[in-house]
Amino acid sequence: MAEALIQKIIDSSVVDGPGNRTAIFFQGCNFNCTYCHNPETISLTSETAILMTLEEVLERIKGNLPFIQGITVSGGECTLQRDFLLPLFKETKKLGLSNFIDSNGGISFEGMAELLAYTDGVMLDIKAVDPSAHLSLTGHPPDVVLDNALGLAAGGKLYEIRTVVIRDVLDNPGIVEAVSRMLKPYLKDHEIRYKLIRVRSHGVRPAYQNLLPPREKEMEKLKAIAVKAGFLEVTII
Amino acid sequence: MKIYQKHEETREDVLQIIQNPSLTYEQQTFALAKLAENQLPLPVGEDETILELFEKGIICDLDEGHAPYAPRYILPDYDKLFREGSKFLRLDPPKNLLEAIQTLQIFYHHVPSITRFPVYLGRIDRLLDPFIEDREVAREQIKWFLIHLDRTINDSFSHGNVGPESTVAGELIIDLIQELQNVTPNLTILYDKEKTSDDFALSCVASSLVCANPAFANDKIFRRDFKGDYGIASCYNGLPIGGGAFTLSRLRLNKIAGESSSRADFFDRLLPLSIDALLRLMEGKIKFLVEETPFFKSSFLVKEGFVDLDRFVGLFGLVGMDEAVDTLMTVEGLDLVYGRDSEANALALAILDVIQKRVGEFRSKYGKIWNHRFLLHSQVGAAGDEGTTAGMRVAIDKDIPLYDHLRQAGQVHPYFPSGIGDHFPFDYTAKANPQAVLDIFNGGFESGMRYISAYSEDGDIIRVTGYLVKKSDLEKFNQGEQISYDTIQYAKDPLEKHGILNRKVVGVDG
Ligand code: SF4
Repeated sequence: MAEALIQKIIDSSVVDGPGNRTAIFFQGCNFNCTYCHNPETISLTSETAILMTLEEVLERIKGNLPFIQGITVSGGECTLQRDFLLPLFKETKKLGLSNFIDSNGGISFEGMAELLAYTDGVMLDIKAVDPSAHLSLTGHPPDVVLDNALGLAAGGKLYEIRTVVIRDVLDNPGIVEAVSRMLKPYLKDHEIRYKLIRVRSHGVRPAYQNLLPPREKEMEKLKAIAVKAGFLEVTII
Repeated sequence: MKIYQKHEETREDVLQIIQNPSLTYEQQTFALAKLAENQLPLPVGEDETILELFEKGIICDLDEGHAPYAPRYILPDYDKLFREGSKFLRLDPPKNLLEAIQTLQIFYHHVPSITRFPVYLGRIDRLLDPFIEDREVAREQIKWFLIHLDRTINDSFSHGNVGPESTVAGELIIDLIQELQNVTPNLTILYDKEKTSDDFALSCVASSLVCANPAFANDKIFRRDFKGDYGIASCYNGLPIGGGAFTLSRLRLNKIAGESSSRADFFDRLLPLSIDALLRLMEGKIKFLVEETPFFKSSFLVKEGFVDLDRFVGLFGLVGMDEAVDTLMTVEGLDLVYGRDSEANALALAILDVIQKRVGEFRSKYGKIWNHRFLLHSQVGAAGDEGTTAGMRVAIDKDIPLYDHLRQAGQVHPYFPSGIGDHFPFDYTAKANPQAVLDIFNGGFESGMRYISAYSEDGDIIRVTGYLVKKSDLEKFNQGEQISYDTIQYAKDPLEKHGILNRKVVGVDG
């Protein structure tokens, strides 16, 4: 029987994709981001996470009908538990729900064709494009993430790009420009959203509490770059 | 309700009204008229039971007045006005947008109601849309139409309807209300997922998170109940167009429960006794209005066919279900509460079944459109209702998870064709995602709800049970300043004592 380690389930989320959704946060992450504000979800085991069966998760989701239009799987990195996601998505589709994946893009989606067939959209983090910056931020190079962005965009499955913006640490305009350049060719066929997120200190581990949120002006500048490239919906949060 | 015995009492009250600094001249005049009306006895003959139940707070007539001389809520047939004009008002059918707006404004001035202002403004988008030629010109004219309504209708129990289909006029109205931030009119979109475009529905949700307007009515359910067209008037009352409501009085179910020695005593003695007494009071008032006053004989509204006696109904109001159920549970030694526990919710439905049956068995002399039966109405509450939760609502401090709350509401809404509603505050994160709120509304409607609305907890305008007020106006009113609209007085208790501002949507993550 399929089982997954789950950190928490939010029955009604208005910030994890289109409309009102149930968001499921899976335990375990392949990255280790300095600014992670859910550091408790990084470890592959956790005392606060619970092992849930597919039936249990489905029961919880069914309890939220008819108020949600779908589910969003998030983490940690939910695709680490992709063997659970596939049967889950098959069942939620039967309930008429849409399926969204919130991913750090660190695992190639190439091997997940069947899962993507049941997926309505992916919200992908692009944390940095410069290899050394990405490495020092997450512990991994950015190549897989960027390949994923292109692959998902080409397949029409890329719903949203998310970039966390930190003052003085990252080349923020460089990131947004590179992402814009990369995805511009796909924007004609599919709308892709761009969410620019100010770094927050809430929940972040003490060692990284010194990260500063960007200035308002900088956020507006970043937004302008994305808008110019053709992103229709660019939001700052 | 006050029964005047001595001449001195009357004089004292007259003086109090004319010396009250926080009443406008108009508000004073209205209060004086009510006082004069209340010198007459209630039109129920010698009825000790009614007076006793008044005394106990079980029956409340909402200070409606002892001797009604116009129906409480009037929903004129504005389509007829636009088709045929009015002889009495010397108005021809309008030929352009300016004339349409002026025709409405003039007509509104002559529509009486319990608040002395028109409680139903019609389906204003559909009325105006055919006259729109230039969007910019229309925008300016409709803007001043809306400003006129807010400044001359000094009571937010005045309701305009829009939808279900999207029109240019409808879009302009929704756009303008956000800019204007007015408390009048109250707006409702007659919403039907199949008829209302997603864009229009979403702009209505987004607007409600900015200015608490419009609310959403479940068009399908209302059309089913009214077998076709209906209007939403006053706070959220579904009523026949070309008619309305004669009168509205209410039972405080919590007081009935409080006076009952057991559940059996409640069901077998005091509840039926109270229902019957309220039925007599309402029938007495309706007969007085129809038979002893000239309204249905001489008003131009009647003579020209804008309303028809047969299309009026009596509204049998209920409040305080929450405390009633909890009290009856406590009497039985059970720790089960309304809203949260299914047994308690089932008891509420059992109470409603009894009321529905008994009220349904009473045959009124009038009210042909509803087969001579009174309609149940879940009343929004009034000043002095401390300890009595509005209508069928769950008391604010109970913090029921949102979906459970909506499902529970979906169970009780079907009993109230003439009005019931729930309003939910959302935080700023929902503003970026109106679709999420619409999903929740759609879920509520699928669960049986007939009326629902959202507002933003950080906004100045909020929906208090069934009407809009500005929090900033309440502050001014509290400092003794005059406020142009009456409803501010009713908002004082709910906001300050009943903790409306503390209602939270539980379980939504932003
Ligand atoms: S990818 Fe997300 S969950 Fe994983 S460490 Fe980074 S911020 Fe935290």
